[in-house]
Amino acid sequence: MTDKRMTAEQVVSELRSGMTIGIGGWGSRRKPMSLVRAILRSDLDDLTVVTYGGPDAGLLLAAGKVRRLVYGFVSLDSIPLEPHFRAARQAGAVEAVEYDEGMLYLGLYAAACRLPFLPTRVGLGSDLMRINPDLRTVRSPYDDEELLAVPALRLDAALVHLHRADIHGNALCLGPDPYFDDLYCAAADRAYVSCEQVVPTEQLTPASAVLVRRHQVRGVVPAARGAHFTSCDPDYPRDEPFQREYAAAAGTERWTAFRDRYLDTDEAGYQRAVADRNEWTEVAR
Amino acid sequence: MSAPAEPTRAEVCVVACAEAWRGDGEILASPIGLVPTIGARLARATFSPDLLLTDGEAALGVGTWPVGGSPAQTEGALPFRQIFELIWSGRRHVMMGPGQIDRYGNINISAIGDFHRPKVALLGVRGAPGNTVSHPCSYWVPRHSRRTFVEQVDLVCGIGYDRAAAAGTSAARFHQLRRVVSDLGVFDFTGPDHRMRLVSTHPGVTVEQVHEATGFELWTDGEVPQTRLPTAQELSLIRTVIDPAGHRDAEVRR
Repeated sequence: MTDKRMTAEQVVSELRSGMTIGIGGWGSRRKPMSLVRAILRSDLDDLTVVTYGGPDAGLLLAAGKVRRLVYGFVSLDSIPLEPHFRAARQAGAVEAVEYDEGMLYLGLYAAACRLPFLPTRVGLGSDLMRINPDLRTVRSPYDDEELLAVPALRLDAALVHLHRADIHGNALCLGPDPYFDDLYCAAADRAYVSCEQVVPTEQLTPASAVLVRRHQVRGVVPAARGAHFTSCDPDYPRDEPFQREYAAAAGTERWTAFRDRYLDTDEAGYQRAVADRNEWTEVAR
Repeated sequence: MSAPAEPTRAEVCVVACAEAWRGDGEILASPIGLVPTIGARLARATFSPDLLLTDGEAALGVGTWPVGGSPAQTEGALPFRQIFELIWSGRRHVMMGPGQIDRYGNINISAIGDFHRPKVALLGVRGAPGNTVSHPCSYWVPRHSRRTFVEQVDLVCGIGYDRAAAAGTSAARFHQLRRVVSDLGVFDFTGPDHRMRLVSTHPGVTVEQVHEATGFELWTDGEVPQTRLPTAQELSLIRTVIDPAGHRDAEVRR
């Protein structure tokens, strides 16, 4: 069986500007942040990003990587409004494809099933059809219902972060919620799984917690603390003080310093800067 | 034993929110915001014992636990995917916090101003379009003003009665708005053509005050009663079990 381990840089080298990329997780929870940081360091741009958005969307927007954002919300959870998202929206700097959260699920599911759309009541009567003029309705062949047809959200690539994986791409979710990570992988031509720890296949237990299977996965990226600063329960919670620093720096003169310190460096440099920061916080206490 | 202190405005609001879930039976109560969260737990601890409540993450909690804390026991996982399926099955009653609401109950939580270049970008439509066409919805407004109670919302995220009727059977079939609770009073949609009606004012609030703070014409019929006061048992649950730290007073400022 294929050993699919690769580095974040190798993943990025397989992506192209203009691609549609789905990012797993939810809000500020279990986001593949090390892969997002690798995109920030690359010359990729003009991306369409599909996400239940958190700081993944915020950072990519702040770096000018996103042409089109497909989302149901963008939030940092404990901080309701994502500051970079807010700034990009208010500047009209991103094409916003705003859906109901459930429509995102249906769009990914349709893509995973290779269907052109799935019907739903969701969105009927609302302004979603006004702000997304491409949306169409479909008439039920069985009764008189007319429903909204959520178009398939086919992805060129999916990026997700899970707790454990083997070198072949089977990946285990130990957290309280799988979110939609398996659907992102199934909806994508190429799925990349970063993980806290690569383990032998026999350690992927219980079998029922294996969320993503190897036939869906092109690359496995070992990435300890790869979801930082979002939560990766039960391995680690969200780094709330760091998230506060991130949100407070956004849109101020301190953002340059934040970027210099945490983003204009490789992943090891990022993790070192975070560890140093936490050490100093300990001292200050 | 000294008599319990008079109920505060926040405590009246908690009980008014709790009342939204009275008689709902065995459904998921989804409160968004602090006062509705206290209200939903209070409802289950008293008159609506069969409600299901999440721990705010991905589990269903058992018993009554304080805001900011976790339930001692859970009765199963409820990941987001299953929440969507539950929403579409109709077995849920959500209380959301609108940025704008109009007389028919259309709400906006996404963007103030032009959608494509908003003056203020809020959260996004989130689940409002799906919630309002799938199951009962109620609303909580912690600061009643003309900025929130508007003639027309900038973006219809959750649909009101006029939009549901205009959109046809599929939109209207399961559409049901129960009540709006603000820091001034309680409202429903039993006015003519399902327009918003003032049901009751909180103690110390006049009908004129409510009209003054509302950006559209509110329907009233006859004498407007006062919102019911919390019982001694309810006050005790709020003060000693559900919100002993008094977070509610930070959300309701008058």
